[in-house]
Amino acid sequence: MVTDTHLYAAATPEIFMACAAMVLLMLGVFRGDGDTRLVSWLAVAAMAVAFALVWMMPGERVITFSGGFIVDGFANFAKLLILLAAAIGLIMSMGYVRAEKMERFEFPVLILLATLGMMMMVSANDLISLYMGLEIQSLALYVVAAIKRDSHRSSEAGLKYFVLGALSSGMLLYGCSMIYGFSGSTNFQAIAAHVGESGQISVGLIVGIAFLTAGLAFKVSAVPFHMWTPDVYEGAPTPITAFFAVAPKIAAIVLFMRAMIAPFAEATADWQQIVVFISMASMVLGAFAAIWQTNIKRLMAYSSIGHIGFALMGLAAGTADGVRATLVYMAIYLFMNVGTFAAILCMRRREGMVEGIQDLAGLDRNDRPMALALLIFMFSMAGVPAAAGFFGKFYVFMAAVDAGLYGLAVVGVLASVVAAFYYLRIVKIMYFDDPAEPFVKPIGPEMKVILTVTSLFVVFFAVYPAPLLEGAQAAAAALMP
Amino acid sequence: MYYLIVFLPLLASIIAGFGGRVIGDRGAQWATCGAVGLGALLSLYAFFDVAIQGNVTKLELFTWIDSGSFEVDWAIRIDQLTAVMLVVVNVVSALVHIYSVGYMSHDPHIPRFMSYLSLFTFAMLMLITADNFLQLFMGWEGVGLASYLLIGFWYEKPTANAAAIKAFLVNRVGDFGFALGIMAVFMVFGSVDFDTVFAASPEMQGKTFEFLSIDFDLMTIICVLLFIGAMGKSAQVPLHTWLPDAMEGPTPVSALIHAATMVTAGVFMVARCSPMFEFSSTALVIVTVVGAFTAFFAATIGLVQNDIKRVVAYSTCSQLGYMFFACGVGAYPAAIFHLFTHAFFKALLFLGSGSVIHALQDEQDLRKMGGLRKVMPWTYWTMWAGTLALAGIPLFAGFYSKDMILESAFARATGAGEFAYWMGLIGALMTAFYSCRLMFMTFHGEPRGPKEVMDHAHESPPVILIPLVILAIGAVGAGFVFSGYFVGDGHAAFWGTSILMLGEDNILEAAHHVPFWVKALPLVAAVSGIAIAALCYLWKTGIPGRVATFNRDAHQFLLNKWYFDELFDLLLVRSSKWLGYQLWKIGDRQIIDGFGPDGVSATVIRIARRAAALQTGFVYHYAFAMLLGVAIFTTWYFLTAWGG
Repeated sequence: MVTDTHLYAAATPEIFMACAAMVLLMLGVFRGDGDTRLVSWLAVAAMAVAFALVWMMPGERVITFSGGFIVDGFANFAKLLILLAAAIGLIMSMGYVRAEKMERFEFPVLILLATLGMMMMVSANDLISLYMGLEIQSLALYVVAAIKRDSHRSSEAGLKYFVLGALSSGMLLYGCSMIYGFSGSTNFQAIAAHVGESGQISVGLIVGIAFLTAGLAFKVSAVPFHMWTPDVYEGAPTPITAFFAVAPKIAAIVLFMRAMIAPFAEATADWQQIVVFISMASMVLGAFAAIWQTNIKRLMAYSSIGHIGFALMGLAAGTADGVRATLVYMAIYLFMNVGTFAAILCMRRREGMVEGIQDLAGLDRNDRPMALALLIFMFSMAGVPAAAGFFGKFYVFMAAVDAGLYGLAVVGVLASVVAAFYYLRIVKIMYFDDPAEPFVKPIGPEMKVILTVTSLFVVFFAVYPAPLLEGAQAAAAALMP
Repeated sequence: MYYLIVFLPLLASIIAGFGGRVIGDRGAQWATCGAVGLGALLSLYAFFDVAIQGNVTKLELFTWIDSGSFEVDWAIRIDQLTAVMLVVVNVVSALVHIYSVGYMSHDPHIPRFMSYLSLFTFAMLMLITADNFLQLFMGWEGVGLASYLLIGFWYEKPTANAAAIKAFLVNRVGDFGFALGIMAVFMVFGSVDFDTVFAASPEMQGKTFEFLSIDFDLMTIICVLLFIGAMGKSAQVPLHTWLPDAMEGPTPVSALIHAATMVTAGVFMVARCSPMFEFSSTALVIVTVVGAFTAFFAATIGLVQNDIKRVVAYSTCSQLGYMFFACGVGAYPAAIFHLFTHAFFKALLFLGSGSVIHALQDEQDLRKMGGLRKVMPWTYWTMWAGTLALAGIPLFAGFYSKDMILESAFARATGAGEFAYWMGLIGALMTAFYSCRLMFMTFHGEPRGPKEVMDHAHESPPVILIPLVILAIGAVGAGFVFSGYFVGDGHAAFWGTSILMLGEDNILEAAHHVPFWVKALPLVAAVSGIAIAALCYLWKTGIPGRVATFNRDAHQFLLNKWYFDELFDLLLVRSSKWLGYQLWKIGDRQIIDGFGPDGVSATVIRIARRAAALQTGFVYHYAFAMLLGVAIFTTWYFLTAWGG
């Protein structure tokens, strides 16, 4: 335990992010919506600085702010992924924002605040700070989802997200209060000590864990708390969907792992069954429900539900290997999803954005590089060997099998077979159907870079996976020493 | 040398089959004819070396299968029996190859045809040089395949395809028995090697095994199973139905495969396995009865057929019956001798018929022929040689072998033997009648075909006639030249150890000492058969019509081949089709597809619809789902963690 002199040092990136958000808000207020682009780039720069600050953090574990805030390898690994995802998301949104004439300087500021919330979530070491981080992130995201105020669908999406999010927050809080009541503390280490001492887990704690799990499952959009996902993904403006699909998911699943393992590692057998259930349910629903979708954003919503199911498989294992597998899965998920959404953001015709899967028909003949990139992402998501997505799945399956969760692994494999159908259908539509009207070209240079980098990562991950694997290994070791 | 004999046709087949486009029709013809012709010459030399000089050899090639106690070598076995077969197969095959050059000259697929012919020859050589049952079986199946390919050679013809499939399927029935027989051999003897098995056969005599609480004699079971295979391949009742239909193939094929070589494989196999059959009297009786009945049965059908090739086909079927009952009474040399002579005159008759068919622009109906004697003198005279040989007229080849068979059957002096003798005798009468009927209807009388066809009838080119002449020489001379060696005083020295004959007195010796009337009757039968045929078809041409009308039912019965096809159709084909249809409809479509691929995909779609339908768009539904989830979680905890 480090003394209070380092109180602020450990939280430097978060403090910097908060300050940057304030500054940019002021800048926006004084310069007006005309300078949204400048604000956006500055927000990206702020994230880059925060990224560097996190990168330079010493590896050892620091607990500060009266035990409410923890910085360790696990949190840092997650923060790097979150910052990367958020920055790319913001960059991808710029072209769209301008084209759709929805330039509002609040948007980058809100994203910055949401990212701050996420960083706090992954550093939470206390039920209070957990809730606080969650709410900073959520409140920002509620607004962002409805940012296109004059769009009926965007407002609807924002409202639904808000109402259901409030409900889930209520559940989460109720769970926290139960846990506090029955363990006498909100601090993770203290709860862990209590659970370890008593040996037998009390009824109140069980109810508390159930409600806490429900609240967290809502954030990762796991079945049966996923219902908001398709509607919000479809309704929200596409770059916001792209943002929703990646950074908050990483933050939430990391928080999920922290909240389950840090206080309740001794009671793994108790919560494991529940995680196995939501993991299975998510994989299966993600696989089946996506089959009938005609809107690519809705399809991606179900796809992300399925992916979360796979990622939760690592948590369900409850081992260090499982945690590592989940982290690797989420990192790969980041690249696949960012790439796919970059492609979706390029689906623009003269009359505006299109979102139908059939609009991709014959893309191979209209825009060969983009079709190739999308092909790579689809193969990766389906888990075709050699693509990165295959290894992600492979590690979580291994972890599940090592932990003796054979049923879960079998369901996972079967679900991935079913899911392969709709990924490959997109490939078939792109390569074998008669070409539809081509999309507007050229696409922005930043899109080109993002598409290239992500697809290269997905293809060549297999060649040199060591950095990611070792990073995840160290992170997992920090969580489960 | 033996390597060359066996593998030259294979080489030629590969060259003609795969290189046909490169070397062209001519090249394919030269390659195959050259290879098989060379093989024939070498075979003749081998015949003198092995059969006359007695140089029996065995060439080990390599170990084929070595799996646990199951070891099979690949070896070429050259003994007297093989040498005789080598001559038959290679000489007839070479002549048929040459004949095909002329006969198939207008066909667009000459290289394919020549390749198949050579492939068949290779498979047949494989069969006769086999040193173990498995190798024999491979040759056995190889000739079956080649036969299938050649019957269906004109694959545009639906009837040819049907005939090819029928031949294959009916042969499968026999092959099934044969395969079971080989398995039984391995089970009992622990080996499939001829020498090992034959050496151990005497000890197995009388041993039994229990099946369904009935004791069966081991040797009988094995021999009967092997004989079932022979019945299929050699067209014995009731597995004979494919042979007449096989006439849909080109005529050279009929001559080579369905007269001279493949169909005699069954006889060869029984003779080869004589060291086993000799130890099961029951099996021998079965062989005798089946053979004798086929000899009689096929001859009756031959009486009324109107298709020139079918008459010859039924005649073949009938003659094979003679060979089998010769085996059955233990006169294996007589059977092989008849096989030898029969190969010449039956191939001759087929090729002669082919020559006629060729001349009449593919007309095969006897009723539309007639008066060709003047137009086709070569064909006419050579075919007479074959006909007289078949009828069993003295000095012609068939006389020596057929009389030997009948006398042996009588000399066996058992019930089955006598049955065979009388059946064979009646058969001989009918044989003489129908073969002469064929000759008279084809070559004598007034031309009955369409005028333009008959006017264009012409003698065939030399490439067709030369094989006919060579075969005619064989049909005339093969009998008296070789009877001394095959079945006469020299037979013991000639056959050596390749054929085993048990019994207190030698059956072939005994056959020479039967009463005079036994020897005379076959000749009387043959001559009267010819006389009746002459009466009916030369002088009083109204008689056949009146006889047919008078015995309408009998005529129809024979014309429809004893209704065997209809019977099989009713019993087997329809029921199998029904079973297959039901299995397809219920088993495959409803059960496997229903629960398998189709079922799974339908289920996936159904689930997908429902899953998508869950998404109603109403917030309170979503909230309800969340609350339900929490309720389930809590209940679960209570039930598992706390409750337990």
